Amino acid sequence: MSNDRDLPQSEDESRTRELRDSVIGLGGAVVLTLIAFALAIFQPWGRSVLLFGLGGLALLQVGWHFRYFLHIDLDRSHRDDLQLVLFTGLIVLLMVAGTIWILFNQYMRMG
Amino acid sequence: MSTEKKLHPGINIAQTDPKAHLEAEPVMFGFWVFLMSDLVLFTLLLATYGAMSVHGMAGGPTPKQITDLTSAGIETALLLASSFTFALASIALKYDDNQRALKRWLIVTALLGAAFIGMEIKDFITLAGKGQIPQVSGFLSAHYALLGTHMLHVASAIVWMAMIWPQMKVPRLKDLVRLRIMRLALFWHMLDVVWVAIVTFVFLFGAST
Repeated sequence: MSNDRDLPQSEDESRTRELRDSVIGLGGAVVLTLIAFALAIFQPWGRSVLLFGLGGLALLQVGWHFRYFLHIDLDRSHRDDLQLVLFTGLIVLLMVAGTIWILFNQYMRMG
Repeated sequence: MSTEKKLHPGINIAQTDPKAHLEAEPVMFGFWVFLMSDLVLFTLLLATYGAMSVHGMAGGPTPKQITDLTSAGIETALLLASSFTFALASIALKYDDNQRALKRWLIVTALLGAAFIGMEIKDFITLAGKGQIPQVSGFLSAHYALLGTHMLHVASAIVWMAMIWPQMKVPRLKDLVRLRIMRLALFWHMLDVVWVAIVTFVFLFGAST
């Protein structure tokens, strides 16, 4: 298990690392949120580009929260959890895309 | 099984409490399974909202007309701050021998959560005051259902904290309570993740269309 990152031996060291992770998590989330709100307020681009930009930022921020607040990463020791999250991501993608597709299709047929 | 390894994502308590650390793995994984099923519920509500916000107006208000970015911004700040204070509580839970810092950060987190709920209720009252109630259109139904479900989750997390509070005073329950707070932490952080999606697809998209 050479890729495994063992827990650090000293308590102080790991405490500092976890505190740093939380601060990085907060800082990144604040920056991403501010950018997203600024985009929505000043609307520098056309509507479709803007929506794609906002969606991309949201995806990035969700990933950021998973990494720094929920501590999901690539460590082999918690691959199970990563696989669970990724599988849920797939389910979510299928369900959201399917719902949107069907409802919009229905709407067009009624129109 | 080595207690040196991280057994589950999140704050592992191997160094400070090896026995509870080994017990934590199945319990935490089970809770992750619940969290992911909860996430599916929210994404389906969001997908419904997405469809309704485009052609479910039925003559009622459009997303742009009911979007209040100031209020959404304050709510986002409150929830993000509470996620950070819960992270600090988790660190105190892991390393501190006494519960002082843990209790302080949990109280701050609960207060921020309560302020968030207060803001949302205020938003609902403002909307309802203008006659924009769920019965008006499919869009408003989806709006109330999505935000209401999230708000109920935050409220139940606060109730959960209140339930844990007296348990923290019982020394015999120490390991059990630790695991419960660790799960509550995951739940709280997940609600912030869901809020990121809500803010983007409800409020920011609403302001942009």
